[in-house]
Amino acid sequence: MPFELIVALRYLREGRTQTWLILTGVGVGVGVIIFLSALITGLQESLVARTLGTQAHVVVRPREEMPRVLRPGGDVVLDARIERPAQRIRSIVQWQRARDEIARLPGVVETSPTIAGPAMAERGDGGSAVTVRGIEPETYRRIVNLDAFLRGGRLDFDGFHAVIGTELARYLGLSVGDRFRLRAGGDAGGVYTVSGVLDLGNKDLNQRLVFVSLRAAQSMFRLEGGVSTLEVKGTEIYGAEPLAREISRRTGLVADSWMRTNEQLLIALRSQSASSLTIQAFVILAVALGIASVLAVSVTQKSREIGILRAVGTSRGQVMRIFLIQGSILGLLGSAGGIALGAALALIFSRLAQNPDGSPTFAMALGTALYLRSAVLALGVGVVAAILPAWRAARMQPAQIIRYG
Amino acid sequence: MPTQPDTLLQLEGVTKDYGARVVTHVLRGIDMMVEPGEFLALTGPSGSGKSTLLNLVGLLDRATAGRIRFLGSDVAQLDEAETTALRGRGIGFVFQFHHLLPAFTALENVMLPLLADRGRRDREMHERAAALLEEVGLGARASYRATDLSGGEQQRVAIARALVMRPPLVLADEPTGNLDTESGDQVFRLLRTFNERYGTAFVIVTHDERRAAHCDRIVHLIDGLVASDSGHKVRS
Ligand SMILES: Nc1ncnc2c1ncn2[C@@H]1O[C@H](COP(=O)(O)OP(=O)(O)OP(=O)(O)O)[C@@H](O)[C@H]1O
Ligand SMILES: [Mg+2]
Repeated sequence: MPFELIVALRYLREGRTQTWLILTGVGVGVGVIIFLSALITGLQESLVARTLGTQAHVVVRPREEMPRVLRPGGDVVLDARIERPAQRIRSIVQWQRARDEIARLPGVVETSPTIAGPAMAERGDGGSAVTVRGIEPETYRRIVNLDAFLRGGRLDFDGFHAVIGTELARYLGLSVGDRFRLRAGGDAGGVYTVSGVLDLGNKDLNQRLVFVSLRAAQSMFRLEGGVSTLEVKGTEIYGAEPLAREISRRTGLVADSWMRTNEQLLIALRSQSASSLTIQAFVILAVALGIASVLAVSVTQKSREIGILRAVGTSRGQVMRIFLIQGSILGLLGSAGGIALGAALALIFSRLAQNPDGSPTFAMALGTALYLRSAVLALGVGVVAAILPAWRAARMQPAQIIRYG
Repeated sequence: MPTQPDTLLQLEGVTKDYGARVVTHVLRGIDMMVEPGEFLALTGPSGSGKSTLLNLVGLLDRATAGRIRFLGSDVAQLDEAETTALRGRGIGFVFQFHHLLPAFTALENVMLPLLADRGRRDREMHERAAALLEEVGLGARASYRATDLSGGEQQRVAIARALVMRPPLVLADEPTGNLDTESGDQVFRLLRTFNERYGTAFVIVTHDERRAAHCDRIVHLIDGLVASDSGHKVRS
């Protein structure tokens, strides 16, 4: 064991009460950081996962039709009226080519063609406005994991089979195997059989969504062979925005990332992270000041001993290291306690914040990476906090401190 | 003053001033030589500059003017690292208030200079320190905490520590000043024993006439100047 470490350990052991107090302080600090990080990260991950559970990372659709200037006649414009064309459901031109091009982009996991359009769902006297989603089940299920939401029946979209949300099922009194009518513009539509019921975790979606096959939607919205949107899943959740820009650049289509469509959520998440980081920064500062003050007191108390150490041939560098090592040991040991404390707090908290069914509302983001990061952080804080006291110790004049203590 | 080849320590016109605004001239021009194996008493009234002189010779402080040569080097020319190395290997200290490290055992205190010099523990330093503790009659106290030893015992541990590097020079500032007569005598006899056994030179500050008389040479300081020097006595 190196000389400096031997002396540092002895000094820490000797200053029993001080050492325990500051270790507790560091531990509490690191514990708060662990708990906060686990809580905020876990909460945000679950929010994002919940948001992305029912939507693709990027949704690609055709450009809006250009407004036309209507000229009543003649060369002179007397009264120009800008008329926005009625936004009917339009297909992406040559969508297969666009899909292939998107699929080839790096960072793209899956591309799925879909159609979304408005319709009325009716049964007997009851009716409800819904959004019909025509999907290609094999690819769509790799983007939105419908199986996870299934509460009854099967995910069968063949022919005139539809999968509907729980709220709509309740509202129209539908269960698996029951029939209802879907009516789109004009007399398009047909009678569908409920094959499955979904709970998407969102009352509005559960009320509004009806999933049918792509082919059924194509005929319902008179879009034979076409699709209105391409849904894309990427490898990186937060890479969605650049991916959307790239898709838009390559295909000339409109591409919206989930980050763009959920801007409010992202702003909320970002300010939440910022306030959590601010709290952590102040905790780190408090921990650093605590370690620094304990070591500063120790340097003063031990000035005579530092003089003896110098007299018996200890160099300034060695004296400096003795105190830097103390700082790092306080940081490391404190963080070990803090990790245990923080993890325990997080687990207790997730016990308290349970869903009615006893499952945790969200998973605390605990893990080796967080522990390691906190330990390294505490080590760094310990060393930095020790710099000033260590420097003061190294600079002491041995003759003076031996004479006057 | 020509440097003799076997001179251990040579001081030429060494002065030491303290203070910036109000300057105190504590040492006002000390000339003296110490040869290897000398057993020298440094006496003088309180405030005459004995401790100040010891600090300069011990490389714990720097002279205001004059020259100090120790083991052939002009100590003013040495940088921080060289000073530390020369102090560690060339000089042993015994202070009035034993100055042991309370967090360490007697044995570890004796090992300390070796540990600082070598950077890590080894078997040999253990054995060497243990042997020295035996020599000062504290073999049985090796694992005692420094604070659990009596004043005389602590001072004997400090002597063992001062000698563990086998330095050519040991500086002792009133080593018996804090002890009763009996343990004081014991400590003093120990210094003499080591002087004879290892040929280590000792410079011992003492107020005690009787003890000074037991030394081979007495240098008397008054007001920062050497008032009298009995010269090196050749022992029969
Ligand atoms: N750092 C300092 N600043 C100012 N004056 C000092 C300093 N150190 C010592 N002195 C003064 O120098 C003078 C000599 O002090 P020193 O300790 O060398 O005397 P001494 O001979 O060892 O005395 P004593 O026998 O009492 O130990 C004293 O007047 C002391 O006050
Ligand atoms: Mg003195």
